[in-house]
Amino acid sequence: MSENHVVPLSLHLKVFAALIVLTGLTVLVAFADFGRMNDVVAITIAVTKASLVVLYFMHVRWSGKLVWVFAAAGFLWLGILLSITFADVVSRDWIPELPM
Amino acid sequence: MSHHPALAHHFEDLEQQHESATLGMWAFLITEVMFFGGLFTAYAVYRWRYPEAWLEGSHELDIGLGALNTAILIGSSLTVVLSIHAAQRGESRKIVRWLLATIGLGLAFLVVKAIEYSHKFHVGHVPGPNFASGDFVHTETQLYFGLYFAMTGMHAVHMVIGIGLFAVLLGMAMRRRFTPEHHSWLEMCGLYWHFVDIVWIFLFPLLYLLGRNQ
Amino acid sequence: MSADTKRAAAPEPNYITANYGIKSWLLTTDHKRIGLLYLISISVFFFIGGAFAVLIRMELLTPEGDLVDSETYNKLFTQHGLIMIFFFLVPSIPAVLGNFLLPIMLGAKDLAFPRINLLSWYVYTVGGLVTLYATATGGVDTGWTFYTPYSSTYANTQVMYTAVGVFITGFSSILTGLNFIVTTHKMRAPGLTWFRLPLFVWAQYATSLIMVLGTPVLAITILLVALERGLGIGIFDPKLGGDPLLFQHLFWFYSHPAVYIMILPGMGVISEVISCFARKRVFGYGFIAFSSLAIAVLGFLVWGHHMFTSGQSVYAGLVFSFLTMVVAIPSAVKVFNWIATLYKGSISFETPMLYALGFIGLFTIGGLTGIFLGTLALDVHVHDTYFVVAHFHYVMVGGMVMAYLAGIHFWWPKITGRMYPETIAKFAAVVIFIGFNLTFFPQFLLGYVGMPRRYHAYPEEFQVLNVMSTAGASILGIGYLIPMGYLVWSLWWGKVAAANPWRAKGLEWEVPSPPPTFNFDQTPVVTEEAYAYAADDSFVETEAAKPPTYPSDPKVGADS
Repeated sequence: MSENHVVPLSLHLKVFAALIVLTGLTVLVAFADFGRMNDVVAITIAVTKASLVVLYFMHVRWSGKLVWVFAAAGFLWLGILLSITFADVVSRDWIPELPM
Repeated sequence: MSHHPALAHHFEDLEQQHESATLGMWAFLITEVMFFGGLFTAYAVYRWRYPEAWLEGSHELDIGLGALNTAILIGSSLTVVLSIHAAQRGESRKIVRWLLATIGLGLAFLVVKAIEYSHKFHVGHVPGPNFASGDFVHTETQLYFGLYFAMTGMHAVHMVIGIGLFAVLLGMAMRRRFTPEHHSWLEMCGLYWHFVDIVWIFLFPLLYLLGRNQ
Repeated sequence: MSADTKRAAAPEPNYITANYGIKSWLLTTDHKRIGLLYLISISVFFFIGGAFAVLIRMELLTPEGDLVDSETYNKLFTQHGLIMIFFFLVPSIPAVLGNFLLPIMLGAKDLAFPRINLLSWYVYTVGGLVTLYATATGGVDTGWTFYTPYSSTYANTQVMYTAVGVFITGFSSILTGLNFIVTTHKMRAPGLTWFRLPLFVWAQYATSLIMVLGTPVLAITILLVALERGLGIGIFDPKLGGDPLLFQHLFWFYSHPAVYIMILPGMGVISEVISCFARKRVFGYGFIAFSSLAIAVLGFLVWGHHMFTSGQSVYAGLVFSFLTMVVAIPSAVKVFNWIATLYKGSISFETPMLYALGFIGLFTIGGLTGIFLGTLALDVHVHDTYFVVAHFHYVMVGGMVMAYLAGIHFWWPKITGRMYPETIAKFAAVVIFIGFNLTFFPQFLLGYVGMPRRYHAYPEEFQVLNVMSTAGASILGIGYLIPMGYLVWSLWWGKVAAANPWRAKGLEWEVPSPPPTFNFDQTPVVTEEAYAYAADDSFVETEAAKPPTYPSDPKVGADS
């Protein structure tokens, strides 16, 4: 919990290596054809990379609950913005125009 | 009561001051998430509507340069972490060294970005009245480039601000202002920089990679 | 140690007399002085915005468009809306009363980031000056909503400067919100747990959450409009396949929660005032506290009810309509709890209480007509009519401005160290209440029978109600000038205020009036819940101010 928690150097380097490997991976799988799953794979890798940065580089893994809540809140609210906007965008054309 | 020189008058102790700064920075990052969130929402809506135009647009980007910039930014995140690591151990000269590395990598990112931008200016793929719409089948491809420039442009503005912040920190580090007990400024700017890195981690696959298998 | 005896010997400097000179104000980091800077700025904007309202009401006195032409009229209502919303309502209670009171209520010496607090005022001022420049050089006619593609492509007015002004000002509210959130989390005095906080603090906290979560989306949306106008990067341009409804989604994602930014702080003021002048602990403290948070969260889920007639998906419309009903619940919870607080209280009718009671009635009307508008089918009938205008003004003017005036009067003795003149203040409160209802109630009727908003001319059968509305606006305008006059008067000639003239509970009443620069000599230790009014503690029986009490325990250190 202590804010002055010193993370060992080797851990930083491991996280860095993982991020570089994941970058390479996401470029490679971009050229493979998984149909619509390509989007899912790319986003999953991006979320994994972002999580590594947040948890280790941004120290959230060793931070108090409040920081966890704050770190999550932004993404939760972005989820609200995206999902409700899409509720409209996706269903806007479901009813065909009535003939006059 | 003994006062640490870095303790502001209205805080009880350094711990309260540091926790407040951390929380404030995270609250600020929430606003940043929402700020870029508006752009990501626009991206998602238009990509859902105009998948072909998005395919057309994404094939114009250079994956090599995008991947290079991703690696550069991840590297700069590492150097920031290393400078904080050095500060925690009181190694002043290493702080300076890692901050210089961070600034260098940040500038390298911007140089690569400038190369990409100038190429698009050259071939007329910048949205606006001079857009070379004859190059594309779909009119909506211009929307793709509009969002490409808006998103990477806002990201680049954040990079410039970040580099400016690190230049200030560099000055502070050279005057040995950071101690193992107190280096909040370093940590706060580090959080900001990591956030800018995360934005790029999403921008890279969304703009460069999706649809390249087709 | 009593502050009274000390003052008798040699007056201790307070935050106003601590130092002098224009520089000591413009470079201050004292949250109380910054609150006063904001008070002056937003008062200026209130009267500028009010002047536009005067012109609007004068034009609508007759059915013909005889005072101004339609294009000028478009600018008048746009400027009125822009200035009142972004430069008065949003910053009003948070930036003035919140700035002044929040740290004191928390037992802190200042906000967590005093320099960022000062920065927020400068950012506000710069944004305001840019907007005023746009106003002076022709103004803007898009409506305060900046709807695309009109704003991005067709409007020939100062959209660019206005957008930049609003964009800049948005950051001042982000900075204020961020400061309040951190201060509430980290700077509470020992013993001041979350459920001992005054409800004003809960309301400010919930407001700050909305400011931090919503404002950035407005910023990027307006920036995209500016990019489209300035550089031709069309994001919303229908010619390129851009979706004007996307603009509306992004805009209302902020601007609907923004109405809660404007009303929640007012609700916080009302809780304080009602409990003080009913001499009772607020009924259902937990319900009121959590309803503030519920409003902040649910407020983000209902924005589509502004788009029922825009071509939005009807299925989404159904969901938005349902969610709008849900967000009414926490607002109703508050009203019921205030009424329950009044029940069997020993009520006295000081000026703040008059405004607070006015708030409850007017906010209830405003809130209930909001349910009408949130009902999908009915909204199709009254959308873009004066019914919407009346609803909005009942909530914002009848609600927020009433609460703001309640708060200004309630804490005036604390802020300035002077009492306002009670009789004339009560008179002004009644004038404002009458003027307000005469102005806006006829607009419900006008809207319901079909008068659309934003037109400078109208059919003759609407004239009677419009004349009533304009007459009411004249009374309302005079009503607002009276407090302006006597509050300034009281700065020199008002009765000197005691530390606690209302015998109210709360940390802010335990420090001298006006408070010293760092608020507390020693960090206070809180040992009781908020609003611990004794049952038989009738206000009218005593007029003595309670001397400030400081705990003997010098233990310091923030509580979690």
